[in-house]
Amino acid sequence: MAERRILQTEQISGHPGPVAGAGVQRDFEVCKLIDTTTCIGCKACEVACVEWNDMPFQPTMFDNTYQTMPETNWNYWNLIKFNEHVREDGTLMWLMRKDQCMHCADPGCLDACPADGAIVKYANGIVDFQQENCIGCEFCVSGCPFNIPRFNKETKKVYKCTLCSDRVGQGLEPACIKSCPTGCLHFGTKEDMKMLAEGRAKQLRDVSGFKDAGVYDPEGVGGTHVIYVLHDAANPQIYGGLPKDPSVSFAYKAWKSILKPIGLIGASLGFVGVLFHYVFEGPRREQPEVPPRKPESSSGRREG
Amino acid sequence: MDSALGRLQEKDPEIFKRLGRTVVHEGELPRHSVYTRFLHWAYGVFFFLALISGFAIYLPFLFRVFAPVFGGPAHTRMLHPWFGLGFVFFFGLQALNWLGPMTWTEADTHWIKNPRQAVFNDDLVEAEDVGMFNGGQKLQFWEITIGSVVYLVTGIIMWAGARTFGAMLVAISYVLHDISALVMLFGIFVHVYLSTIGQPGTMQAMTRGTVSEAWGWTHAPAWYRYMTGRDPRQALEQERQRRTARERALEQLARQSGK
Repeated sequence: MAERRILQTEQISGHPGPVAGAGVQRDFEVCKLIDTTTCIGCKACEVACVEWNDMPFQPTMFDNTYQTMPETNWNYWNLIKFNEHVREDGTLMWLMRKDQCMHCADPGCLDACPADGAIVKYANGIVDFQQENCIGCEFCVSGCPFNIPRFNKETKKVYKCTLCSDRVGQGLEPACIKSCPTGCLHFGTKEDMKMLAEGRAKQLRDVSGFKDAGVYDPEGVGGTHVIYVLHDAANPQIYGGLPKDPSVSFAYKAWKSILKPIGLIGASLGFVGVLFHYVFEGPRREQPEVPPRKPESSSGRREG
Repeated sequence: MDSALGRLQEKDPEIFKRLGRTVVHEGELPRHSVYTRFLHWAYGVFFFLALISGFAIYLPFLFRVFAPVFGGPAHTRMLHPWFGLGFVFFFGLQALNWLGPMTWTEADTHWIKNPRQAVFNDDLVEAEDVGMFNGGQKLQFWEITIGSVVYLVTGIIMWAGARTFGAMLVAISYVLHDISALVMLFGIFVHVYLSTIGQPGTMQAMTRGTVSEAWGWTHAPAWYRYMTGRDPRQALEQERQRRTARERALEQLARQSGK
């Protein structure tokens, strides 16, 4: 991948020692790692997100849990979901999961979107909405297996977590990562985060007795650029509705990319059909019409 | 012919009888009342508005072609559902208006089971049992009726979106809405062709509201019999003979004056 090195320094004139920054970037894909096992539900990340993205405060809904509001909102992209889970042995687990866009490698929102340039996926894996190109059709909401895009009724545009693409583009970590006090949030290359997550999952299995602990990086959407360490990777749905096997709908895959163009060609055959009907067969006129010429010439009516 | 015209617009709303008129000239039959014609062009306009605005959203490579027609992509998306509602509303009224003449009969089964006569011009006139609408027309009518219901239901689901109806239902609606549009797109080519250059003399049925008697005994013989009480085949034969006699007379006249 030559293009990613275009602006990387290779040689510096009169410079002692190795070139600064050489070989720094091994993997271009970024990743956010969320370790649900060390999250304490302090919501610092929620505040950091609202602050950095300069979003107004809004009324919330108290639903007798510690959760700030029931769902993320068009101006609230990052929400800790609090779930009380009763295990088989009757003991209680208080699960806290930071819910936001998963930045899928194979994003369903992007597949579903009909508007040119409204959703882009950067080479580093960030999936970003470009509101100026959004037409407000909300197909992305239907295409997303994680139920993330949120519609603003006033602007008729859809919003979601940008993985702080504005910060990451400048070499900074996302705002939520910066604010996390327990270090349950990590940011780095996909490769590194995967390794870190697997290590932590192994530790949970071997040392902490969570024999089903694992990493959530679902295959169905080609992997995600936000990954979780879960105590119980076999049942992600207990963490506030994390889908077990997310995938993109047939409607936005095979139907949209293959069958729709074929269907359009098929329907256009109606035009081709009537055009050549007129050319080959001609109109059907009211009778009696002027009779065709007698068969002395070869240009009579249909012959067989 | 006044009685036939009266019978034609018997059930129409009073206002349309006052708003417009159907003038039946010598040698013509009244075919569509003012109300019927109004509905046809109302949903016709909405159909093409919805079709073209829908094209923009249909495929990425059509997006930049059709979206500017309606003032940009966001406008197109905003207008399309209203165009669609307009179409379904007016077509719905037409469907109620035409429930009677569009009822499927034995003659339509015959017509549809013999696609050769529908495509090729081997027979000069339609089968004698073909009424006001033939099997093909009725097939298209019922296709559009069912398609409109599909449009309406799936359209409302997509309009309210996944946050109301859930992702799965919207995805299914997306496919069904497309299929309905594709079938109707195929049909509109055939419809426009047959009502204009494909069968000359048809178009005026939906503009002035009348067709020639010759059109009647050619394309809708049973309807001709119903409207005039005459036998369509006999009427055609008489017309043939009248024309032959007229030509002969003209020829004779020409020969005499040439002498």
